[in-house]
Amino acid sequence: MKRVYVNEKWCLGCRLCEYYCAFAGTSGKDIARSLKGVKINPRIKIEEKDGISFAVSCRHCKEPLCVKGCITGALSVADGVIVVNQDKCVSCYTCVLCCPFGAISTSESGAVQKCELCIKSAADKPACVAGCPNNAIVFEERR
Amino acid sequence: MKYVIIGNSTAGIGCVEGIRQIDKSGNIAIISDEPHHTYSRPLISYLVKGKVDAEQMKYRADSFYKDNDVTLLSGVRAVKINAGEKAVELSDGNSIAYDKLLVATGSRAFELPIAGNSFMTLDDARKLQSQLAPEKKVLIIGAGLIGLKCAEGILGRVASITVADLAPRVLASILDDGGAALVQKHFEERGVKFILSKSVSSTDGFDIVVIAAGVRPNTELLSGIAQIGKGIAINEKCETSNPDIYAAGDCTESIDVSSGQQKIMALLPNAYMQGECAGVNMAGGNKIFDKAIPMNAIGFMGLHIITAGNYTGEVYESNKNGTYKKLFYSDNKLNGYIFIGDIEKAGIYTSLIRDRTPLDSIDWALICEKPGLMAFTKEDRMLKLGGR
Amino acid sequence: MAVNYIYPDYEVARNYDKCINCRVCEKQCANGVHEYLADADKMVADDAKCVNCHRCVALCLTRALKIIKSDNTYRENANWSGKTINELYRQASTGGVLLSSMGNPEPYPVYFDKILINASQVTNPSIDPLREPMETRVILGAKPQVIERDKSGHIINNLPPQLKLSMPIMFSAMSYGSISYNAHESLARAAEELDVLYNTGEGGLHEDFYRYGKNTIVQVASGRFGVHPGYLKAGAAIEIKMGQGAKPGIGGHLPGSKIVGDISRTRMIPEGSDAISPAPHHDIYSIEDLRQLVYSLKTATDFKKPVSVKIAAVHNVAAIASGIARSGADIVVLDGFRGGTGAAPTRMRDHVGIPIELALASVDKRLRDEGIRDRVSVVAAGSIRSSADIVKAIALGADAVYIGTGALLALGCHLCRNCHTGKCNWGIATQVPELTKRLNPDIGYKRLVNLLNAWKHEIKEMMGGMGINSIETLKGNRLMLRGVGLNAKELEVLGIKHAGE
Repeated sequence: MKRVYVNEKWCLGCRLCEYYCAFAGTSGKDIARSLKGVKINPRIKIEEKDGISFAVSCRHCKEPLCVKGCITGALSVADGVIVVNQDKCVSCYTCVLCCPFGAISTSESGAVQKCELCIKSAADKPACVAGCPNNAIVFEERR
Repeated sequence: MKYVIIGNSTAGIGCVEGIRQIDKSGNIAIISDEPHHTYSRPLISYLVKGKVDAEQMKYRADSFYKDNDVTLLSGVRAVKINAGEKAVELSDGNSIAYDKLLVATGSRAFELPIAGNSFMTLDDARKLQSQLAPEKKVLIIGAGLIGLKCAEGILGRVASITVADLAPRVLASILDDGGAALVQKHFEERGVKFILSKSVSSTDGFDIVVIAAGVRPNTELLSGIAQIGKGIAINEKCETSNPDIYAAGDCTESIDVSSGQQKIMALLPNAYMQGECAGVNMAGGNKIFDKAIPMNAIGFMGLHIITAGNYTGEVYESNKNGTYKKLFYSDNKLNGYIFIGDIEKAGIYTSLIRDRTPLDSIDWALICEKPGLMAFTKEDRMLKLGGR
Repeated sequence: MAVNYIYPDYEVARNYDKCINCRVCEKQCANGVHEYLADADKMVADDAKCVNCHRCVALCLTRALKIIKSDNTYRENANWSGKTINELYRQASTGGVLLSSMGNPEPYPVYFDKILINASQVTNPSIDPLREPMETRVILGAKPQVIERDKSGHIINNLPPQLKLSMPIMFSAMSYGSISYNAHESLARAAEELDVLYNTGEGGLHEDFYRYGKNTIVQVASGRFGVHPGYLKAGAAIEIKMGQGAKPGIGGHLPGSKIVGDISRTRMIPEGSDAISPAPHHDIYSIEDLRQLVYSLKTATDFKKPVSVKIAAVHNVAAIASGIARSGADIVVLDGFRGGTGAAPTRMRDHVGIPIELALASVDKRLRDEGIRDRVSVVAAGSIRSSADIVKAIALGADAVYIGTGALLALGCHLCRNCHTGKCNWGIATQVPELTKRLNPDIGYKRLVNLLNAWKHEIKEMMGGMGINSIETLKGNRLMLRGVGLNAKELEVLGIKHAGE
């Protein structure tokens, strides 16, 4: 299965991935109109310190501790992609407790949010990968 | 192959999903004395509160049993396990044979010599819901997870809520004094009263009494059949001492890797993972679950708490921007943590405990300040994020 | 100085309706143009710092940015242009030599743009390169003057070492130091994939790139930086750099601030010391001296590597090239006055040297006239911008061309001409780690491969149109060219007829 892989050597810390992710989370057609005046809360997040930066988003683990720990069944695996049903989430954050990557975060509604590899869009790759200017995040099959 | 699972909750469902990873066709039967579709037990307080409805209570989709080809025998109790004949006797007089058996019987409320509701099951919740009225005064005995969740669930629906506990602080099993005080204050600000360090001798003056004074594992079915300590003893493959009988979930005891002690860790994630592990092994696979630690994620009226491990060793403490954080460490390992408020990326701490990560292999000062993958070495990050 | 005489040449135009304060521009600008004002929740820009490199423009995800030429103007003056005045002000304030980068931007005639290519009609029919074979391969090196036979009459192989290229394009010398490791890796990998050559420039060869040796030309220049026997043997050929089109007559200077880490090791000079390449080679004062160096290098490499000599195109280029051909060199490289550089005194860059088109035509003619054209291959450099330029250069007599600026453009260069500041926002002409990482060779090499493949395609189309099916047939075929708007002398030097003739 194709996953998002990170190569921090090439990450510029530009945070374009965060903005493309945030835009992908809206239904808008124009990025400026959708994100103007918005404090974004993307599902991919850059960690940055002393010139090192890298993007962190869901790894779509083969042994997903978040899915196994989810108390409501809101998190599940669909064709290898870990998806969240925000209507079922009760904001207990057991998944936040379980995720070893810190890749699950809270959304404005309180329900958790996470990268779903843009499976709901028609694009052939996630918005963050398509928007990365330096191939620091790639979407590919490995192993 | 005939699989029988006693218990229709988290561990039982995990077991089904474990079995089906390996064996797509064997017969699976689930025995449950509760006449319900599998539901999420921790959600009963949300049900009372009205945050979730019956539909959302379901732990798995309506088609779960059909999709997994499971026979659900609900509303009947497993009364006896006949290990010699490999059969389970049911409360309706029938008997069901097994090749592999999972005991996932969970736990029940600790009984007190006081009359009152328990708050463990869907039926308990519905019963409590029917009693609620704006003029009622409620006494909840037990300021643990169940008691406080119950208090949150009924908050605003009754005249008053008083929570009593023998312990000197709330959530005594998962919080330290400081954290507990914060949570207590959070409740008190919303009108909940507490009577702590006191044993309840009388329930006079209260209209509704909820007993949430702890739980006891349901181990009786295996009494004399398999080894039982505080709970049913299982190994890292979730096998009991009796061949072909497995156990998982709140009825078991297992090793807490954070302390090395044998413990009952009645937690939903552990229940699922034990159930799944048992299921895989029952179906002839080979799976180990040896990373159980106590851990809890819980929230009360917008205040989020995440804790894990045990609270021994040296302490790193930080209280910034309304977040209460304590890390407990010794011998180059993180033993446990308490995180109240902004709980972002807490799972990174959990992984340090679970994986017994040597703290000198990471940037400890940095990770104390903020959980993040930045604290790991470049090589570790490559493994975690780069896939190679 | 309290009075700032100079108004910025370019202004940052921000469309505030589109700007979402993502601060990408701020993070990406090494010149510190953009700044986020937290109290106003607004991005602002300091135009004076802008070098017009377009990094922010290219990365702005809402296309809120563009750079526009300032319309601030001095009183119109055909003699004293605003640029001239500003340069004078700058020197009056600093007392320094003006520095520039990349190639000559002044409006001298571009002869390539005044030459047109022929096509077949009716007779000598054109060739469809998609249907019929079309040879773009070229082989560089001295060709034997006579056929030699042994006593039994068998031909003796007296072929000197040759370079085989899949197309007549190579990447010009750009040193590791003047450009980044990642830029070098991109060039090396592209050369390997395309089966062409890139050139180390005068900076030695990083140990990581020895594996690309068969696609590498190693350069020996007046500073002799990084030269050792292993280096000479590592490449497919050796190039002696006598001069450079961007700054004929002067040497080079890589400031000590860029001599760090691997660059110091590769150049074999101490960290922090300035790398000064003298104007002349101090052991070469005549063609005979050059011949000594050519043969020293050949001897050092067991006569297995062709040796090339690169000179700037200057007034007497034909005679010099003739001398080089006679010095034993296998290849002569002519670098026209539009060639790029990482840093040059502005006056040298803009006023010294001659156009490559004229130099190439006169060298080819001179070598033919002297009957020694086969003794060397001729490579044209100095602002080859497209496949059409290549076709024209070959028809004027080149065996192949070098591209430098074009290659850098493919890697992201926007010709802001500020290489000398060392703060290249595209990660090319810089050694600052945060900047060099902006050029991922995985992307860069692919863009170079794309460019050359596209050009190769176009070259085939143009050759096919002329009814020519190999570079060898096109070479020096000036009948395929016509001039437009050129005077009789220019046509004579170029050796072509005017359009309509």
